Amino acid sequence: MGKRKGVESSIALADSAAMCRIEAISAYPITPQTHIVEHLSEWVNDGHLDAEFVPVESEHSAISAAMGMSAVGARTFTATSSQGLALMHEILFIVPAMRLPIVMAVANRSLSGPISIWNDHSDIMAERDIGWVQIFAENGQECFDLIPACFRISEDKRVHLPSILNFDGFVVSHMIEPIEYWTQEQFDAYLPPFDPQIKLDVRKPSAMGVVGIPEIYYEARRMQQEVLMQSKPVVLEAFAELEKTVGRKYNLVETYKADDADVLLFIVGSLAETAMTAVDNLRAQGKKVGLVRPRLWRPFPTQELLAAFGNVPVVGVCDRAMAFGMEHHPMAQEIRTLFYDAPNRPQICEFMIGLGGRDVTIGDMENILNRLLDVKNGAPVGPVDYVGVRK
Amino acid sequence: MIEQYNVYAAKLLPPEELFAPGHKACQGCAPALALRYLLKALGPNTIIANATGCMEIISSAYPDISWGVPWIHVAFENAAAVASGIESGIKILQRKGKLAPGKINVVAIGGDGGTFDIGLQALSGMLERGHNALYLCYDNEAYMNTGIQRSSGTPYGASTTTSPAGKAVPGQKTIKKDLLEIGAAHGIAYAATACTSYPFDFMDKVKKAFSYDGAKLIHILAPCPTGWRTNPGEVIKHGRLAVHTGIFPLYEVDHGRYKMSLDLPFLKPIKSYLSVQGRYRHLSEAQIAVIETNLKARYEKLQALCRITAEV
Ligand SMILES: Cc1ncc(C[n+]2csc(CCOP(=O)(O)OP(=O)(O)O)c2C)c(N)n1
Ligand code: SF4
Ligand SMILES: [Mg+2]
Repeated sequence: MGKRKGVESSIALADSAAMCRIEAISAYPITPQTHIVEHLSEWVNDGHLDAEFVPVESEHSAISAAMGMSAVGARTFTATSSQGLALMHEILFIVPAMRLPIVMAVANRSLSGPISIWNDHSDIMAERDIGWVQIFAENGQECFDLIPACFRISEDKRVHLPSILNFDGFVVSHMIEPIEYWTQEQFDAYLPPFDPQIKLDVRKPSAMGVVGIPEIYYEARRMQQEVLMQSKPVVLEAFAELEKTVGRKYNLVETYKADDADVLLFIVGSLAETAMTAVDNLRAQGKKVGLVRPRLWRPFPTQELLAAFGNVPVVGVCDRAMAFGMEHHPMAQEIRTLFYDAPNRPQICEFMIGLGGRDVTIGDMENILNRLLDVKNGAPVGPVDYVGVRK
Repeated sequence: MIEQYNVYAAKLLPPEELFAPGHKACQGCAPALALRYLLKALGPNTIIANATGCMEIISSAYPDISWGVPWIHVAFENAAAVASGIESGIKILQRKGKLAPGKINVVAIGGDGGTFDIGLQALSGMLERGHNALYLCYDNEAYMNTGIQRSSGTPYGASTTTSPAGKAVPGQKTIKKDLLEIGAAHGIAYAATACTSYPFDFMDKVKKAFSYDGAKLIHILAPCPTGWRTNPGEVIKHGRLAVHTGIFPLYEVDHGRYKMSLDLPFLKPIKSYLSVQGRYRHLSEAQIAVIETNLKARYEKLQALCRITAEV
């Protein structure tokens, strides 16, 4: 087993990427992602990692250069956040269309305006449909463990798609925690060398990114959807192998005290840890509450979520991003869609929490859970609850 | 000067067509010639990153691919960034022994819109970081693919669909951006202009560019009969007129040293160039005078730069 170090999550994540023997990095600074690329620059400039680091002039070029790197067959990594992710938007769709298995770490942060560097999920909710595998990490250890998992999933012949590892900006990225490092041997055993299925090769010329005439485009998009939807078994294998390697178990959907719960709260990211404390507090009062958290976000783990919710009559959904002009925000839309075809649709209560880094307390979480219990006991569902907003 | 080559041309060029005939360009499309000459000069050990634009569209409608070398198109504004990544990827893979050693020519290709305008930042990044790659801008002086809109490479006075020859505003109001000066200002090893009417000069420049390590830029004027409203049978003649009137001088900046590529004893009157093109049909005498004054000033400045830098 590797040794445990007190280290900032961003540093651990960068170390993990380096230990995946990444070969090419292109990135641009943005808070709160910056420590990752700074630390990778040190790896390269100190001569500990044989890789090309291209300090590009924008995130648009970061993802574009990453495509060039990956297209010739180099194991490629990048990282960004917020405005940087938004600036990449145009190119993000093109990466999976070309089946380039780039791995990107995204320190989730709010989007302007007003400008805010603090954590919420505005950046990634705007990129739900880009066609990447997407995973959420809730703490530094998960960031460290899941980077090699992302490479393993992305580079698998059956997938060959890019993946994003999401984690909360500052709250996770800048937190110092004890993190158990894998040994280099564990990395090497877990992650085989990258063997690209398609690449730009002068001995075998091919064209990538060609025009999709109407007779072609539709099938290409449909095929892309199929490949992504069918990547779930590969994700499961990667998680199972991870457990064998380091003993930590990851599931497509994580739950907390959900089995006998009367009501369940759906929550993503680091605030789940706050919610767990609230669950413990209410459980101490004899209230049966629990949590459901998606680990895998794309492809959407439909069956696993339905299984996790079971027949619970009331579900709460926490959103950390706005869907302007719609009274159901992104996560709520997804969970409502999930239950539309279910035989027993629960009542669904929606909560907006922690926008732009607004503090969410254990008390707030207890109120949310109590509210779900009230609904179970007959109180009306009501519209979206903008928790803590000043009128 | 091109006349001398007519007899020998076929023998001087490698016979392989790495940019295959049968692409979908309009008749008389000179940008397509630029691609053909580029690959004649470079051969098969070449990887292309192509920006969105006419040349990308006409060459890559799946399954009819014109490219005999590895080729990638990602988007409009990022060919230089994609090429930067390709070059870096090759470097590390060769260093790690995962890719056979040997020279691979990396070329980014963009039109004037993809280069002067939306791709200028990515181009600057590639040149500044010194990637061992060539950026080739084929300049047909407007956004042709989207229907002949003006770019910052469109010359003063030219009528396009977004700089139409109106009664109040008779065509493009601005002076053509000087791309080569911007490129050369990055202190790159090699920057040069070229024109599709001078294929051997162009191919020599491509080869010379790749004789140097680091970033290089070639800006080739390539007449577009569709957008210029010219006779498709005369694009070679029109390219020569652009050079001989001095409106598009052929020169190179080799490690900071300026050199004219042709010795022109005198400049032909600019009207001989303007009058054969529909996009200039509306020009007033006053506008023609502006064009003439500007081109002379620029030509003299270039001659002065050649003299000054010859001594350093
Ligand atoms: C981000 C973005 N904006 C606009 C376009 C639309 N567009 C495609 S090609 C093109 C013009 C290309 O002009 P140029 O680079 O001069 O090449 P040409 O077509 O003249 O060969 C435009 C505006 C696009 N594809 N992407
Ligand atoms: S519009 Fe001009 S540049 Fe485009 S294909 Fe036709 S001739 Fe060539
Ligand atoms: Mg153009």
